[in-house]
Amino acid sequence: MWAVALLVFREVLEAALIVSVVAAATRGVSRRGWFVGGGITLGVCGALLVALSADLLAAAFSGAGQELFNAAVLLAAVLMIGWHVLWMSSHGRELSRQMRELGSAVHSGASSLGLLLAVVALAVLREGSEVVLFLYGMRAGGAEHLVAGLAIGVVAGAALGFALYAGLLRIPMRHFFGVTNAMLVLLAAGLASTAARYLIQADLLPAWGNQLWDSSWLLGNRSLLGQTAHVLVGYDAQPAGMQMVFYALTLLALWAGARLGTGRAR
Amino acid sequence: MKHLLLALAMLLPLLASATDAPSYTLTLKDHRYQPSELRVPAGTRVKLELVNRDSSPEEFESDDFPAEKIVMPNSSTSLFIGPFKPGRYRFYGDFHQPTAQGVLIVE
Repeated sequence: MWAVALLVFREVLEAALIVSVVAAATRGVSRRGWFVGGGITLGVCGALLVALSADLLAAAFSGAGQELFNAAVLLAAVLMIGWHVLWMSSHGRELSRQMRELGSAVHSGASSLGLLLAVVALAVLREGSEVVLFLYGMRAGGAEHLVAGLAIGVVAGAALGFALYAGLLRIPMRHFFGVTNAMLVLLAAGLASTAARYLIQADLLPAWGNQLWDSSWLLGNRSLLGQTAHVLVGYDAQPAGMQMVFYALTLLALWAGARLGTGRAR
Repeated sequence: MKHLLLALAMLLPLLASATDAPSYTLTLKDHRYQPSELRVPAGTRVKLELVNRDSSPEEFESDDFPAEKIVMPNSSTSLFIGPFKPGRYRFYGDFHQPTAQGVLIVE
């Protein structure tokens, strides 16, 4: 049971952290709860579909289907987060002013809420499909207490997500969207770096330096803290040069784009 | 546009693939890797063929080197790892960690 709970917890945690940051970043937007809930529901359905077609995926693109799929999902999320960050850079000031004045939810006409729903769905889909495959295998192997393990893993992972969300809400409104936007940028850069890692593994991209450094003695990729840092800021204990390129390019593009957006809004 | 294409063309050699990488096979049976100690050469990219003879999926993973690949039941797949410095690198099957353990011995 505990082995099941632990694996489920790891996967749920990754998705929950992403969902928390997205939920915080859309604070004050009306109907946001429906969007986040809808994203999670879509993601779970998607995870089942992906797991069901895992055989097809594995055989696609002469064996590189899995890596291509993961990289595509990750890069799609990067694009959507990027779009939201750029949108916020020109509308965020107005949004946080309205929220301070009204003290409640605001209608934001052309918000990029739909995109963030998709980000939530993609995060849940990617981690969820692994959980589905794992549970399927466990069931076939006659493992006991699967449901209990699943429940413990989901609750524990979601609880940490909620903790992060609650922590973020304590940030003063003046700085709030600045912080959540910065977190979204780091999140996107990390996702881009992970996408590069998959493409390197499939030999579709060169590594440009297989291992720039090894900090696994300090913070391992699989430790709780390492995994959290991996999701939130893209930490990798043994990054390849190409991952750094993806990371830096994402940071640079979003930083420059956001500056342009802020300039135009003034 | 022309300049962009030219730049891309110049980048192509950098994208040289590792199709000539030596290939090694790791077979999973009864949630155990065979061989549990796999010897591979140092300083070169290695193609790892993963064969799953079990009736459940497995995810090949390591904390010591980047690798993350799901292998479906009764099927096989491959991924590229390395180049490595000489040493011992542990790997495992994420879905059956108590038994699915192994070491790459790089020399």
